[in-house]
Amino acid sequence: MSGKKLKTENVDRTCEVKKFVCICCPIGCELTATVNGDGGISVTGNTCKRGASYAVTELTSPTRTVTSTVRINGGIIDRVPVKTAQPVPKEKMFDVLFGVGGIKRIEVDAPIKAGDVIIKNVAGTGVDVIATRDVDRTEI
Amino acid sequence: MKELNKDIVIIGAGPAGLAAALSAHDSGARDMIVLERDEYSGGILNQCIHNGFGLHTFKEELTGPEYAARFSAMVEERGIACLFGTTVLSVDGGQKTVTAVNRDGIMKIHARAIILACGCRERPRGAVNIAGTRPAGVYSAGTAQRLINIDGKHIGNDVFILGSGDIGLIMARRMIFEGARVHGVAELMPYSSGLNRNIAQCLDDFDIPLMLSTTVVDIRGRNRVSSVVVANVDGSKKPIMSTAREIPCDTLLLSVGLLPENELASSAGVGLCRATGGGDVDDTFMTDTDGVFMCGNCLHVHDLVDYVSSESAACGRFAAQYVAGNKADGQKTEVCVTGGVRYCVPQRISKSGGALTFRMRVDGVYRKCRLAVYADGKEVFAKTRPICTLGEMETVELNAAQSDAVRGARSVEIKLIKAVEV
Repeated sequence: MSGKKLKTENVDRTCEVKKFVCICCPIGCELTATVNGDGGISVTGNTCKRGASYAVTELTSPTRTVTSTVRINGGIIDRVPVKTAQPVPKEKMFDVLFGVGGIKRIEVDAPIKAGDVIIKNVAGTGVDVIATRDVDRTEI
Repeated sequence: MKELNKDIVIIGAGPAGLAAALSAHDSGARDMIVLERDEYSGGILNQCIHNGFGLHTFKEELTGPEYAARFSAMVEERGIACLFGTTVLSVDGGQKTVTAVNRDGIMKIHARAIILACGCRERPRGAVNIAGTRPAGVYSAGTAQRLINIDGKHIGNDVFILGSGDIGLIMARRMIFEGARVHGVAELMPYSSGLNRNIAQCLDDFDIPLMLSTTVVDIRGRNRVSSVVVANVDGSKKPIMSTAREIPCDTLLLSVGLLPENELASSAGVGLCRATGGGDVDDTFMTDTDGVFMCGNCLHVHDLVDYVSSESAACGRFAAQYVAGNKADGQKTEVCVTGGVRYCVPQRISKSGGALTFRMRVDGVYRKCRLAVYADGKEVFAKTRPICTLGEMETVELNAAQSDAVRGARSVEIKLIKAVEV
């Protein structure tokens, strides 16, 4: 079970203008990316540099940081929060979560330190999944 | 009963309490203690495992637990005492005593200053009066978030969400990431109060429909939720029953607002603000009860933890100054809000002090408006805003000269001058 299939947005080169809401910060700028005839991309509506690069990435190869939890044995809490150390391709999100060796398919043992690598090269993305919190062993 | 004396007692080790403790220490206070009912610090941040925190404070994007850990580490480095697993039973505002209990028994702490940093609670089903049966499977969104992210529970497979605030949106994606199906997010208002980026990355990414001007009119199911009935609402937010349709699901998440947690404040005899349900404070974050301060979500509900941190840091600094003997003068001027400004914090200002910051919310969605501050009817500050929404806190930072003008005035007014109401 891997939730819903992602919308695959085909970049149609004849379609010149595409609009996005920037997800880089809470402002949420409404970006307009225009694909020029020579394949170059110009961006308007952004209020910072990150917005411009977000629009280009979103148009060419969209990525997302995946955050979730991994089952942990013997810890003071039952799940350790994790994230992908870098954004992964958007279409790989469900492989990262539910694929073989993915976030929802593994277990770890306490103790875990924030920053520990939980999964190396998850779903062949070249990106590691790391813990975002210390989880100490429960005192028995 | 164990009795202690402390200069400052801070109630709550969430983002507000931690930031207040840090800055109180850095402003010279040493004799203080932080009381936390959970077994670790960080408060709500521990269950907010998504990223997007800390862009203002740390100039990088962190998850909730990472943001909390940075503050916890700074508090630890300074050797600030924190008592975990400790629940405050009562606060006496007049005597400035705090009664708390933990494994070691009951204790009474005599304080010179108390900082309330108790956070907020979710509005439950009863507060929004949804008709229907009372089956299992109805959760407030934050409760569901805790059950999933910390306790590792599986709470449902087919989910419907009422309320499109940020918690509702974040939980929509979270449920997808737990393998559930999310059939829609209904929003009573004609617009979402959540951030645009959360609509983009939590709903649009997964083709989850956002149903505006729509509410849940019935919850069905005997033991477990079997469906909800949704209907469009008219201009006065009344359901149009001819539009009612049934949506099969086994889980309903409610993200219908947060309320400052002020059981302790009330019991302490601290006056509260009717507009926010939170504290009624002066520009040093002191309530109407001498020596009792308030910050974070129990003062007013914030959108961003970064704002909680900076506001609470100011509160901690003022509390440290208070115990050092630098008390604000007695005379205060009420800040009057008009023209669509729903509330502003602080509600009262002293005649002297440093540069002022006002945080406020408006009562609707307004485009092309001006936010202005008047001292004795004279405009001392104004800024134009392309859009003001209920979901987004507005901040007005005055410089020294503007602050002096406002502090010296007999009447202070903050006004939204509207061009277009949406």
